[in-house]
Amino acid sequence: MSGSPAVVSPAGGSTAPVSDTAALPRAPRRRSMPQAVLGLFGLVALVALVEILPRIGVVPREYFPTSSGIGSALADLVGQGEFWTAVLDTLQGWALGLAIAAVAGVVLGILIGSSRFTRELTASTIEFLRPIPSVALIPIAILLFGTDIESKLLLVVYASFWQVLIQVLYGVQDVDPVAQDTARAYGLGRWARVRYLIWPTALPYVMTGLRLAAAVALILAVTSELVIGNPGLGKLLATAQSGGAIATSYAIVVVTGILGVLVNVVFRVIERRALSWHPSQRGELPA
Amino acid sequence: MLDVRGIKKVYESRDRTVEAVRDLTFTLQAGELACLVGPSGCGKTTLLKIMSGLLDPTSGEVLLEGKRVQGPPPGMAVVFQEYGRSLFPWMTVRENVELPLKQKKLPATRRSELVEESLAAVGLAEAHGAYPWQLSGGMQQRVAIARAVAYEPHVLLMDEPFAAVDAQTRADLEDLIRDLWHKFQVTTLFVTHDIDEAVYLGQRVLILSNSPTVIRDDLAIDLPDQRDQLTTRSSPRFAELRARVYEQIHRVKPAVDKESVAPAGVG
Amino acid sequence: MTGILRRVGLMFGLPIVLLAAWWFASANSVDFFFPPLSKILESLVDEWFGPRLAADVVPSVLRLLAGYLLAVVLAVSLGVLIGTSRTVRGVLEPVLEFFRAIPPPVLVPIFMLFLGIGDGMKIVVIAFGCMWPILLNTVEGVRAVDSVLSDTARTYGITDSARLRKLVLPAASPQIFAGLRQGLSVAIILMVISELFAASNGLGFAVVQAQRSFAIAETWAGMLMLGLLGFLLAVLFRIVENRQLAWYHGLRRAQRSS
Repeated sequence: MSGSPAVVSPAGGSTAPVSDTAALPRAPRRRSMPQAVLGLFGLVALVALVEILPRIGVVPREYFPTSSGIGSALADLVGQGEFWTAVLDTLQGWALGLAIAAVAGVVLGILIGSSRFTRELTASTIEFLRPIPSVALIPIAILLFGTDIESKLLLVVYASFWQVLIQVLYGVQDVDPVAQDTARAYGLGRWARVRYLIWPTALPYVMTGLRLAAAVALILAVTSELVIGNPGLGKLLATAQSGGAIATSYAIVVVTGILGVLVNVVFRVIERRALSWHPSQRGELPA
Repeated sequence: MLDVRGIKKVYESRDRTVEAVRDLTFTLQAGELACLVGPSGCGKTTLLKIMSGLLDPTSGEVLLEGKRVQGPPPGMAVVFQEYGRSLFPWMTVRENVELPLKQKKLPATRRSELVEESLAAVGLAEAHGAYPWQLSGGMQQRVAIARAVAYEPHVLLMDEPFAAVDAQTRADLEDLIRDLWHKFQVTTLFVTHDIDEAVYLGQRVLILSNSPTVIRDDLAIDLPDQRDQLTTRSSPRFAELRARVYEQIHRVKPAVDKESVAPAGVG
Repeated sequence: MTGILRRVGLMFGLPIVLLAAWWFASANSVDFFFPPLSKILESLVDEWFGPRLAADVVPSVLRLLAGYLLAVVLAVSLGVLIGTSRTVRGVLEPVLEFFRAIPPPVLVPIFMLFLGIGDGMKIVVIAFGCMWPILLNTVEGVRAVDSVLSDTARTYGITDSARLRKLVLPAASPQIFAGLRQGLSVAIILMVISELFAASNGLGFAVVQAQRSFAIAETWAGMLMLGLLGFLLAVLFRIVENRQLAWYHGLRRAQRSS
């Protein structure tokens, strides 16, 4: 693999611990401690800023609650069953939509990607459908399904499907042609090729696609609740906002942010696992 | 011209300290072509980075034309080993060579003279409009050399510039360095781990020990000035000099080796 | 010749088949929700490419561009500043990750509180929502500038603004463009969402109006219009990207084939 140019070790190397970590893709492990401390400091500073700015009147207090105000609203929320139902509703729509999109994306991706003809045949259609914003589907989702979970799923699946599909298509095309020929020479059938050649090669790409899709799915789940009114955090936010519960509105935004961070972290860990035992190294940049 | 005085470099990280370079002193005369040879991983790159002002020494100093080097000095050009990473991939060959000249605020006519001249001198007169990645490795390194020459440096430092090219290309590039040196008379320090290359190229060879690095020997190369790959390399004197350098490098199998392969930051 | 024919066939084959299938399947449709395609296209041409183009589509697109450009300028300059310093990066990265993780549409009801429902709110929502992917990608791209290239620039005295223009920004540009692409799709989403809540004009507003008054053909046509807009912006983006990153795609191809 001729690989990413950023990971070549300098010539003078074995003794000198490289001083500028700019050359390394990730900071070495022993440095991660101070980074974590710095990051914690940043978060604390953010909380402090949000506490102070409304208090000293830099921002109008009626629209910007303080950290402590948001915190106590959050504490109230956590004590309510309604809140947890909303969280579960959101997560349910997210997980179900993501699962459907993942299965559809992987299956179609492998079907389309493993033959050059189908790849070329579908390319223009994919290129047209992919950039269509999923929120364009909102009106028809409302007309067809109202506030049932199907309308949420429609948006979530449409948005996250493309993320998976595109990555799987990249992945399948990444199969080493020599390995492909070898497999054919040894008479591996189509299914065996998928099982032992295409799937392992594409797996890291699938994981990247899943991570991107998971983030998008959460956005669309909350959006749909907010706009269409499916039960969930988005609807809770709309209700709080129209009822003038400002601190509660902010608290719900914070909760959606925390959910988003969790989703990112979990899927990043899964992706790294998948990448770690895979020989190919690859950037996240769409080629 | 270029004075290296008592350079020492110690890397410190949380769990260990490595002395990469210990007390190096030598002087390059104006117009000299010297080679610095040492085993792989002996701190050659560290030394070169210190000389070019990219890295601060722990103690000691480097003087270029009497002035202390603090940060990259204007009269110096460096050619790195990693040609693929030292050319700007978003610029054409011409733009790559021209960029430092623009930075020097040279007028456009002078810039294009220098670009033409230096690219012609490395045999790439036709490649102006190409991007570096469209060229072979050897050609990319020629571009990097052309860029250094066009900069009209007082001192040219080369850090194992041919370590990553194939043998035939390497021989051609070695001859190119001799030609350029004859033509432009730039003081040149050529760092390499290849003994043959050092002897073939240099007027003088500085031999480094394994890390922590000291200078083991400073050898004048009394081969005739006109050298060519075939006759020079097969001459008896070449073989003698080569053997001498070899002995110096391998004189003591250093015990520090063990320490240098100890895994970093485990435990 | 046959090569060109083949490519044209592959390019238009499937879309034509799909459109034909939709056309014929819906031709005599009496289903309220699935009007004939002919009706939808009629509405698309008469309404959306008619009076609504200036009344709704153009204002939406202008707000989108204003918000997006604002985000690009802010995010790239902040990203360069943050990416250059290890410490600043360490302090801010978790905070930025948090802001990026907030689903941008939830900002609409919040921003409405103090910015009202005018163009200003919509532009700010779009800018605020789509700046995070751009910002974080810029930080990452700036951080990962190749060390040898960086040393090379230093030895040739390329510092300060020249370093930024000739080294840092071009080196980070593949990452920046990845962020710009993500940011653009977020911007389109926010353009629509911000108009769903409170607006007097705009593409999102008009589509929802059509849906609420059960003008089904017009709703479908509005969705098609949104799709076309998304597609058009993606094409424009790709043209710009291909120009700016021609070197990068060439470099990748060269690395892959070696």
